[in-house]
Amino acid sequence: MSRLTDANVALAREIIARYPKKKSALIPLVHLSQQQNGYVTEDAMRHVAELIDVTPAEVYGTASFYEMFRFEPTGKYLINICGTLSCALMGADQLMHHAEHTLGVKAGSTTPDGLITLQHAECQAACTEAPTLQVNYRHRFRVTAADFDQLVDDLRAGKLDGEIPPHGTLGRNRQHIPADRAVGAQHPDDVTTGPAWIEIAEAAQ
Amino acid sequence: MSAAPYPYAWAAGYYDDGDRPQVVTSRFQYDDSYTLDRYHATGGYEGLRKALGMQPAEVADEVKKSTLLGRGGAGFPAGVKWGFTPAGVWPRYLVVNGDESEPGTYKDRLLMELDPHQLIEGCLIASYAAGLSQCFLYVRGEMALAHERVAKALDDAYAAGYIGKNILDTNFSVDIVLHWGAGAYVVGEETALIESLEGERGMPRLKPPYFPAAIGLYGMPTIVNNVETLSNLPFIASNGSAAYTAIGTETSPGTRMIAVSGHVKRPGVYEIVNGSTTFRDLIYGDEFAQGIRDGNELKAFVPGGGSAPWFVADQLDIPFEGREASGAGSMLGSGAVMVMDDTTDIPAAALTLVKFYAHESCGKCVPCREGGTWLYRILERIVAGNGTDADLDTIRQVGESICPGDMPHAASERLGISAVPFPYKMTTICFVGPSAYVPVHSAMTLFPEEFDALVTKREPRSLIHVTAAPSGGQ
Repeated sequence: MSRLTDANVALAREIIARYPKKKSALIPLVHLSQQQNGYVTEDAMRHVAELIDVTPAEVYGTASFYEMFRFEPTGKYLINICGTLSCALMGADQLMHHAEHTLGVKAGSTTPDGLITLQHAECQAACTEAPTLQVNYRHRFRVTAADFDQLVDDLRAGKLDGEIPPHGTLGRNRQHIPADRAVGAQHPDDVTTGPAWIEIAEAAQ
Repeated sequence: MSAAPYPYAWAAGYYDDGDRPQVVTSRFQYDDSYTLDRYHATGGYEGLRKALGMQPAEVADEVKKSTLLGRGGAGFPAGVKWGFTPAGVWPRYLVVNGDESEPGTYKDRLLMELDPHQLIEGCLIASYAAGLSQCFLYVRGEMALAHERVAKALDDAYAAGYIGKNILDTNFSVDIVLHWGAGAYVVGEETALIESLEGERGMPRLKPPYFPAAIGLYGMPTIVNNVETLSNLPFIASNGSAAYTAIGTETSPGTRMIAVSGHVKRPGVYEIVNGSTTFRDLIYGDEFAQGIRDGNELKAFVPGGGSAPWFVADQLDIPFEGREASGAGSMLGSGAVMVMDDTTDIPAAALTLVKFYAHESCGKCVPCREGGTWLYRILERIVAGNGTDADLDTIRQVGESICPGDMPHAASERLGISAVPFPYKMTTICFVGPSAYVPVHSAMTLFPEEFDALVTKREPRSLIHVTAAPSGGQ
């Protein structure tokens, strides 16, 4: 279960081709698998390993370093409440306390219906809009207790489906490099001379 | 709560300040600032055209003359950094550091979300000047909107002939690849960023020998530049280095984006004139943060992101200039000022930062991996009312193992202490370890009575608030 689908394998090959060395595609491909499955499964890591010619252990070794990769089923919505200084100064701990009450779960766990996972998070780069939270890495600013309850109601009612894709999807659009414009990635060992514009400029001197 | 990311609450005030020079934020006033149409309508890609009309070495020279300082935290001149690549070694790469995650900081996220073409143009100018044949734009994983905006901008710029093969029908060709991070603060360190881009755990490399300009991505010469640094290049290429150095001071030309957050009336991200604007201007100025909320008094402020030693009111008149800040015991770092008023529980505030750095330790260096965690655990029990005198000594001993010798701190007239200048010595490869000690050291040095009270009273507290709930004004 949960190897990459054919469509995602095609996408994976497009991503791999952008890098001079295949292993550089490791993190983007683990993201892709998380987009497909909602979290990172062992089968998906095995499949990613096949695609970039490394061992599954290497994929897990790298992926387990990064906080955004989750290795167990996660709510459709991951709510991260920032608790670093600027947010703490503006009431982040009170907000987290309220969120735990509203959802009926402690930070680090998922609601019984599997819809929402609540987490403590570190600085979300929106410090002037404290306290902040992110739903599937989409910001909400200056969040009051009432705002939080409204957000949960809206998520439950499906009102934010267009704006906030399910957990695992980062961008709703991806970069596509058109084949006729791409320079193409070369393995560094295959490059022995400087790029054309430098060689020509230096030859002219 | 505002649902859409924009407009920001501070935006109205931001736009009114038309008399301050805007080098990198000039398009923020437009709703469609991130589109290629708006970029074209406002002088976009003219810097690239000008640069392509010059020799690469001339462009590099112009950037060197502008004394553009790196905006990631270390403040090293970008043009000089480019010059460190060894001659005749190919290929060379450009890695864009968009992994912004220093507590209190955000400017790179805004630049990527609101003006991605400016960043792309900067990448192109740098690649042309320094002979960089492929560019990797590493965006912090937690910035979904930045991913979307940058991806769209790259697609549009490829279609318009600005990126890819034979750019604008010249022999200049470069690909720009958008790369997603996955959540790790330490990856903001340039060698860790390269490790991450190679598909590895994001752990910093030893310098020397792994200076990226010599041995970087895939072992090849690599320029790692911050998003804000590169976003300055279109202005420099369009207007020349003289126009750039006319802004700011000789040692710190141009502008900087500074996020002012915490207990101020108008928190916001402001593009300020480098070198001359003081912290008093930033925190109290009408065109900036407009003073402390609710008529409260300033207690302390962090002048340069979570890693920077703290300042108090005695340091308000220091200008935003690197050497002045170092002399006073701190650093400008990543351009983030976090303001604490007199309702702040200082040990609890320091705890949030110590927790951050302890959590973000990559585990490579023992003093950081073990020391950071112990600093957090010990401080946590002090803040909870369960600490003892001995715990304060232990914190200093652990700190000494990460930063041996004199630890920088600010002067305080109230306590009769003078400043110890920045920087510190360190036993770790990167700054994450020392950064775990900095906040608690600053807090204990500048507010010793609050720690003494906690370990003397020893009254266990179950629910700790860094400050009282936010005021009605917010």
